[in-house]
Amino acid sequence: MDKVQVLQFVAAALFALGLTGVVIRRNVLVMLMCMELMLNGVNLSLVTFAHAMGSAVGAVLVFLIFVVATAEIAVAIPIVLLLVRRKRTLDVGSFSDLKG
Amino acid sequence: MIRDFLANLDTLLIYAFAALALASAAAMLVLRTPMRVALALITCMVSLGGVYGLLGVHFVAAFQVLIYVGAVMVFMVYAIMLLDPRDEAATARYSSLLWPGVFGFALLAEALAAGYWNDLPGAPRGATGGSFDIASFSSAFLSEYWLHFELTSVLLLVAVVAAIAVIRENRRSDRG
Repeated sequence: MDKVQVLQFVAAALFALGLTGVVIRRNVLVMLMCMELMLNGVNLSLVTFAHAMGSAVGAVLVFLIFVVATAEIAVAIPIVLLLVRRKRTLDVGSFSDLKG
Repeated sequence: MIRDFLANLDTLLIYAFAALALASAAAMLVLRTPMRVALALITCMVSLGGVYGLLGVHFVAAFQVLIYVGAVMVFMVYAIMLLDPRDEAATARYSSLLWPGVFGFALLAEALAAGYWNDLPGAPRGATGGSFDIASFSSAFLSEYWLHFELTSVLLLVAVVAAIAVIRENRRSDRG
């Protein structure tokens, strides 16, 4: 099996593990970190293809994902801090009254 | 024998780093305290940076370590330390969606693996396969993909405005 293929399988596994973590974990901060894991899986896939094709397109998209991840964390963590001040807990089940 | 080993050393190291990344990603799902989850995620990101460096995409490896580990995860660790560690969500790991989540993971992993197994094209014909340097990357980024570059700057501006809005909301709820 090729090196590119192995890394693609690893990227898919990272994405699936991150999505599972978002679904099954209870702590809001851990869910945020699992989202970062999903972005890292996508990054690995993009870098592997950019390396295999010898083109810079994948790296450009990787930089877009870096910016998206940074902006996501910069907005999400203050929101989490606000929610925790309201409810005194990080349990995502206790925020279910946010459903419209 | 030794020469074969040394010729394949970078491939072996890539596999070792990929295995480390997978193991720490799996550990993120079972570890209990958020700080240990953050350390597992940092391990995963650093080993992915090792993979990028061994693939020859050195500047992405450097930015992976600088931005992800240096900025994002430091911010995350700071937030974890700011919050109450005696919270009950820190001791109960899984929500009630545990078994549907595991079932969905099995389905998604199988679908992705089958898709890669059947449809992944081999090495592209006519592609150089070599790595590209930062000069060609940055000229492509600023000339060919200038729209993406502008989008990232707009996105950063939006993130700054949103963070300020969240902080102002925080102050208002303090007063009220």
